[in-house]
Amino acid sequence: MPHNAKSTASVGLNVAVLVSIGRHPLTARTRRADQDARAVEMALTLEGASVSLLHAGQQEHEHEEAIRGYLGMGIDTVSLIQQQSQADVVPALANALRTGAPQLVLTGTRAETGEASGVLPYLLAEALGWPIITGLAAVEKVEQGMATVLQALPRGKRRRLRIRLPAIATVDSSAPAARQSAFGPAKRGAFEHLDATSEIDEALAAWQVQPARKRPKRLKIVKSSSARDRFKAAAAKADGGSGQTLSDVTPEQGAEAIFKLLKEEGVLR
Amino acid sequence: MLDTLLPILLFSALALAAIGAVRRVRLWRQGRPSSVPVIKGLMQVPRRYLVDLHHVVERDKYISHTHVATAGGFVLAALLAIVVHGFGLNSTILAWVLLAATISMFIGSLLVAKRRSPPPSRLSKGPWMRLPKSLMAFSIGMFVVTLPTAGILPEGILQSGVGWIAAFVLAAIIVWGLGEMFFGMTWGGPMKHAFAGALHLAFHRRPERFSDGTGGEHRSTGLKALALDDDSAKLGVEKPADFTWNQLLGFDACVQCGRCEAMCPAFAAGQPLNPKKLIQDMVVGMAGGSDAHYYGSPYPGKPVGEHAGTPHGPIVNRAGGALVDAETLWSCTTCRACVEECPMMIEHVDAIVDMRRFLTLEHGNTPNKGAEVLDNLIATDNPGGFDPDSRLHWAADLNLPLMADKREADVLLWLGDGVFDMRNQRTLRAFISVLRAANVDFAVLGTEERDSGDVARRLGDEATFQSLAKRNIRTLSHYRFSRIVTCDPHSFHVLKNEYGELGTPEAPADYHVQHHSTYINELVVAGKLTFKAWKGGSVTYHDPCYLGRYNGEYEAPRDVLRALGIEVKEMVRSGYRSRCCGGGGGAPITDIPGKQRIPDMRMEDVRETGADLVAVGCPQCTAMLEGVVEPRADIKDIAELVADALIIKMPDEKATQSKAAPTVSRTAEEVMP
Repeated sequence: MPHNAKSTASVGLNVAVLVSIGRHPLTARTRRADQDARAVEMALTLEGASVSLLHAGQQEHEHEEAIRGYLGMGIDTVSLIQQQSQADVVPALANALRTGAPQLVLTGTRAETGEASGVLPYLLAEALGWPIITGLAAVEKVEQGMATVLQALPRGKRRRLRIRLPAIATVDSSAPAARQSAFGPAKRGAFEHLDATSEIDEALAAWQVQPARKRPKRLKIVKSSSARDRFKAAAAKADGGSGQTLSDVTPEQGAEAIFKLLKEEGVLR
Repeated sequence: MLDTLLPILLFSALALAAIGAVRRVRLWRQGRPSSVPVIKGLMQVPRRYLVDLHHVVERDKYISHTHVATAGGFVLAALLAIVVHGFGLNSTILAWVLLAATISMFIGSLLVAKRRSPPPSRLSKGPWMRLPKSLMAFSIGMFVVTLPTAGILPEGILQSGVGWIAAFVLAAIIVWGLGEMFFGMTWGGPMKHAFAGALHLAFHRRPERFSDGTGGEHRSTGLKALALDDDSAKLGVEKPADFTWNQLLGFDACVQCGRCEAMCPAFAAGQPLNPKKLIQDMVVGMAGGSDAHYYGSPYPGKPVGEHAGTPHGPIVNRAGGALVDAETLWSCTTCRACVEECPMMIEHVDAIVDMRRFLTLEHGNTPNKGAEVLDNLIATDNPGGFDPDSRLHWAADLNLPLMADKREADVLLWLGDGVFDMRNQRTLRAFISVLRAANVDFAVLGTEERDSGDVARRLGDEATFQSLAKRNIRTLSHYRFSRIVTCDPHSFHVLKNEYGELGTPEAPADYHVQHHSTYINELVVAGKLTFKAWKGGSVTYHDPCYLGRYNGEYEAPRDVLRALGIEVKEMVRSGYRSRCCGGGGGAPITDIPGKQRIPDMRMEDVRETGADLVAVGCPQCTAMLEGVVEPRADIKDIAELVADALIIKMPDEKATQSKAAPTVSRTAEEVMP
């Protein structure tokens, strides 16, 4: 069980987990969001850490049921920052984090409902001036304001990083799966309502939102006679072919290379 | 000397027994309250004992005769001893009757001794080994001491010369006998079963199990609903004291005969469960202590003496080492073989589900795939996590009439979650062709149907069960039908026996539910089906637990097979003793390892009959038995056998086929509880 993988030496660590309303991919029923639940799981496995949950959104029955999914993991209360449905939650969350002053903020990489752009952690990090780390796989140890963490890279690779706290870390599906949410604690868990002014997201209001259209997928035709070849083709790395590794370049050179690539790919015109 | 000593001995033994009884009652009263009709219950003890309990005991003729002789002799002898020797009533007739009673008891004790030399593995040893000797001590002691009263020996023979020594020896024997029979009855000896058992019969939590002389079925197998709306109450059973007091009383009534152990499929498969040990562990927990003084078979792979508990301590620890390990509770297939066999009518399955409820609802600790299956049930209303809108994809070519279009039908065909399983789809297709051949007016719920909640409930997730059940009840209340027919005994049981409690005045949930074998049998009897002659090989029939033991339907499937011209070669364990396939109670989901697999053992039972084919009536059984490696007998559902043998003579088959498919596209509407 992943629950036994306890990290050590995090006594007194104050961890805040940002949780959102999830949405089941098939039935669209609200639930605890998978990645956020993994973030809660990671916080709960930090031995001795005090974990607080934070959600910014509307106070609705259906949302409350979904948030209770996190409470069922064995958490007593969740703080609910009340926001209007058109609000940009970044300022409210940034304020709450500034006052709560956690050393570590964990959250999923992207939400399952709403904009789900995955930009929120970056905006928060920018607003707070904290470092951000993506794809957190494990927190190995925390000492003297520094955390040693493992970052998940594609194809099961891990990279050990040391980051200065406070920091924001996002968790994706390479983190350990969340524990079962139990009905009893979920029902008994409490909500702490925090009032905050809602800053209406003007940009969002101007957007036109429509359901995503499924695009046809190009079939990968593998012409080979043997099963071994087909297997190799299926398991092979998706190689872009024309990659370029830049190292020891100035930020300007890097930015220029990225800009050039985006132009080539037609992202920017 | 004995004339003065005997009343003192008798009455002090009785007084000690009374103190013990109070002490024992206080142990039971640690449990949660549960209201029972006290006087009515006590009045019914003789009938419940002589009819219902004896009916179970009688399955083992030897021990039933033994028990009649011993217990009958003892009860009579004890009562008369109090009258004759306690109160000194010098009646020769009573003395003779007392002599007869002690002789009966002595003969019984000889039979008990014979059964225990050597004891079969299912019997407990330890203090139970001394029981035949104690019975003999009581009967011989009472016999000899009554001889002078009956006038066989001269009065006063025990008060002179050698008589004194004889009297001394006799007194010692009587003390031993009284100690075991009176004192031990309430202080925890083997005879405790008599005291606790009688009260257990009086205050049983399922009084509907007992016959009342008016005839009819007396079966009570549906799990009882758990109140979920009380926010402060703990859900399920965490500590021994969380059981209701009459459940604790029931555990205390266990006579450790091990009939449950002999029938338990999980025990036979080497999974860490033994129903007898589980009940004894609950007794240990209720009184406080360790299981070191248990002298029966342990849980396979778990030595005795490592577990201990207290009435207010947890039964299961996350780390293990409490009263019981979690995997013991998750090994159970809820096949109810133990309950069926228990001569004390103890409800093992209720207790296991109560403890599972705590583990799932409060700990969030359903093992292996349990959590995933429950999440799927919550999010998609089926355990596999399939798109609920794809429920009817398998029947795209069948043009199934939908309840949503028809609004009413004679038969509501409950398809069950087997719709997502390709093997079960064959069964469903077969059954639908049978229905069409018999011109039955039927309809299905289609995408409006949800899982019946069986698996969720057996995994302890009462919340998900009730949510599914209430939404299903709401859906069913929209339509008119005279009966529900299903190919899945689990759905059948839940719809028939467990939905009723959740119905509301607006949407009552008392349905007339039938298993497809029962319904096919009705069609056969009504002459609506004609069959070709059976040309296959020999056939045996596997009784699904949830059809047989849970609902008492043993005959209809056999009648159908007979109507097909099949002579069923019965397995040794069939009917109410049928061995589980291993697929019930969420056991394939929690998947606790053992030494062998339960379905392998069942297919071995099939092989012993030499049958080429097993007829089944349950999607779980089909899946479990077909998972056994070849060479083995083929597995076919009764519906498939019937469909294969059908002679279709109805010319209007075409008419139903050409009926226009419903063109209106519907979106399933979710009704929330």
